[in-house]
Amino acid sequence: MFPFSFDKVSTEDEALRAAAAGGRFLAGGTTLIDLMREEIEQPRHLVDINALPLAEIRAEGSDLLIGALARMADVAGHPETLRLHPLIAESLLEGASPQLRNAASIGGNLLQRVRCPYFRMRDAACNKRMPGSGCSAIGGLNAGHAIMGTSEHCVATHPSDLAVALVALDATLRVRGPEGERGFPVEDLFRLPGETPHLEHTLMPGELIVEVWVPGGPPARKARYLKVRDRASYEFALVSTAVALDIQDGRILGARIAAGGVGTRPWRMRASEAALIGKAPVREAFSAAAELAVRGARPLSGNHYKVDLLRRTIVRALEMAGEMT
Amino acid sequence: MSARGVTITVNGEARSIACDPRTSLLDALREHLHLTGTKKGCNQGACGACTVLVDGRRINACLTLAVMHHGAEVTTIEGLATGDALHPLQAAFIDCDGLQCGFCTPGQIVSGVACINEGHASSAAEIQAWMSGNICRCGAYLGIIAAISQAAGRS
Repeated sequence: MFPFSFDKVSTEDEALRAAAAGGRFLAGGTTLIDLMREEIEQPRHLVDINALPLAEIRAEGSDLLIGALARMADVAGHPETLRLHPLIAESLLEGASPQLRNAASIGGNLLQRVRCPYFRMRDAACNKRMPGSGCSAIGGLNAGHAIMGTSEHCVATHPSDLAVALVALDATLRVRGPEGERGFPVEDLFRLPGETPHLEHTLMPGELIVEVWVPGGPPARKARYLKVRDRASYEFALVSTAVALDIQDGRILGARIAAGGVGTRPWRMRASEAALIGKAPVREAFSAAAELAVRGARPLSGNHYKVDLLRRTIVRALEMAGEMT
Repeated sequence: MSARGVTITVNGEARSIACDPRTSLLDALREHLHLTGTKKGCNQGACGACTVLVDGRRINACLTLAVMHHGAEVTTIEGLATGDALHPLQAAFIDCDGLQCGFCTPGQIVSGVACINEGHASSAAEIQAWMSGNICRCGAYLGIIAAISQAAGRS
């Protein structure tokens, strides 16, 4: 690990000042410390923000507000999460291990870096780690990589389960930085790799995620997260989907579908959602929607299976949501 | 890089060390405090051998820095027994053959104690899911699950 200086801050002003001077925020550390040990991340100055009062989880009407420093385990087990947005609890508990969920923060979860093995392999080409060096995954082992949103420069998937649920639920981020406070959809946090895969998110330098705001409403009630993976727990997704349905009088009035494990960022399936409106919640309609979801998929040499797996995962998740009372 | 003073209450005793900020909590316990019961397996948060309780919560000691825990209370495998009396889960691991080589066992037991305290040990399936952060390369899982079930039933 490269040497760094370390400061623990107790106020948001101190944190923002330290970041403006080039410091990197440290919350749970489960991604950052791991990557620093591998010398993939080489921050010169770490700013421990764990003492900031940003860990609150609360309800405002039917909306759920989650502080960026709340731990995955605490959000997953919080009564207001379970009451207002069980989908969020489900997505969190499908991710990581109990030890990691006790340590990892919500802001850090959203900003976690990719799990592409070549990103962590310092002697392999990787445009994300070393811009311009090439992408080893495209001609290499790519069974776990993306089939949507890829470019010739990067095909890594975004690994967060929580992000998929938040994108499906139209959640918004509140961030603060040198220019003040702003809010934007969680979906807009994530960049497509394009020609600049080393740029992963849309935060401005020195900005701090302070809160996630999840609107309530009908889609929150019939919502499920389904994760398909190589073992039953503590594994990243091959394919996952977060779906939500608003069904009244036997017709679908609203639908949300987002997928993980298939896109270079959490992937919202808006054409599939639109195709469900007005339909009865039956397999035929779900299959037609799933067909639209895989349109435009560009599988790599090792992940053709993800196209059919995505179709089936969407259908199954929609059935599971439809069965909820 | 200059050493920093860190005071952590380990197994009920305040311990002060001076360490480089790069020192993980795991290395602080093993190399500075010579508490070598907590094991270094993968050193990347995948195996759970380094599981300790920080303020009562189980975490991977390898993925956190000692300097982040100034003032915290840490419990390691060495802190579970009371004198010569084993913790009930330690005794249950012996009763149920919850180990073969024993390298992962300290992490399994500390994680198992937390699993029981969290209320996640009501069935074998629940224990499997909530112990998934602890890998046993000998494959002693059936004994581990039996031991946690047994200790959960007693407590």
